[in-house]
Amino acid sequence: MIYFEFLLLIFLIFCAVGTVFTRNLLSSIIVFMAFSAIMSVIWLLLESPDLAITEAAVGAGVDTILFLVTLKRIHALKGTEKDEK
Amino acid sequence: MKNKSLLHRFVDWVNGDVADDRPGNIRTVGSLPEAKPPKEKPEHTDPLRHLNRQIAAYRVSAVLVCVSLMLALTYTVLCLPTYNDPSAPTNNEVSQRYVEQGMEETGAVNTVAGMILDYRAFDTFGESTVLFTATAAVLFITLSKHTKEWTERGPFADSSKDPILQVVGKILLPMIFVYGIYVVLNGHLSPGGGFSGGAVLGGGLILASSMFGQKKMVRVLSANVTTGLSVACLLAYAAMKGYSFFTGANHVGWEIPKGTPGDILSSGFILPLNICVGIIVACTMFSFYSLFSQVEEE
Repeated sequence: MIYFEFLLLIFLIFCAVGTVFTRNLLSSIIVFMAFSAIMSVIWLLLESPDLAITEAAVGAGVDTILFLVTLKRIHALKGTEKDEK
Repeated sequence: MKNKSLLHRFVDWVNGDVADDRPGNIRTVGSLPEAKPPKEKPEHTDPLRHLNRQIAAYRVSAVLVCVSLMLALTYTVLCLPTYNDPSAPTNNEVSQRYVEQGMEETGAVNTVAGMILDYRAFDTFGESTVLFTATAAVLFITLSKHTKEWTERGPFADSSKDPILQVVGKILLPMIFVYGIYVVLNGHLSPGGGFSGGAVLGGGLILASSMFGQKKMVRVLSANVTTGLSVACLLAYAAMKGYSFFTGANHVGWEIPKGTPGDILSSGFILPLNICVGIIVACTMFSFYSLFSQVEEE
């Protein structure tokens, strides 16, 4: 089990670095969502299931949706660009 | 221009139409008297040089701020007591009392719920107020006079007929709602509670909104309804906790038995408080989504 935790922690660091260094904003958001999902599993392994529920619902769910809505709002997503004129 | 009072000029400045007559202002260059010949220009031969110097200073100061912050935080971490140290200041009689007598005093099998909704209930009240204030601020900013009500076009409105979204949503939506309600109602018996369950419910509401389109959701949950629900729950929370506070935390007249594992109707005020917090959180999440995703009308 301890190896599984180490694996998750390594994934966590990869996701954190990837969030910062990804050029594409959409990919960055999705990597950040993966960070939250891994973090919720780690909370579960650390025996705090209430935090795991909150992390999965807020971090992976609502945060991602709000980021996506913001990207759509500033016309940064593919297919939502404003017309040139 | 000069006849205007200070207040008027301030209002103009806030509105962005500044036309003050300071010399050198770009907007009033055309109205300058002819006595200023362009031979003063050589003083500013390279206008970019000043800017470049500012950018360099900005970068250096950013690095300095980051490094000093990092050093301060590292020093703070080094000063913390070691993990699991029995003589650490956090291992005092408070946590010992919570662990040993928490279930007897609050009636909650879930000690965390007993802590945040009984011992530290006013902290949770403050958090709920913060959520409500955030919703109110977003409402003030986004709900302009042109958009009286949440408009019908959500961010995924063009894909609301998407078969993947429809099928997956139909399977997931009931499970999400049942799970969220379960977490809220069993907050004093199992892990979770008002905040977690409310976040799950808010996520479910967002999924429903993107599935059915916001036009249908507005009929059920408009801005007025969510704001009203939040206010009602905050007031109910304040009333219950204030009553409990003024009766000396004895819950006089509230004869719900305490702490029977597996029994939902137990542990005093914690169940209604959990429901209040859950409704506030769910309404906040959903109204954030709806307010951010409304399309501005031009």
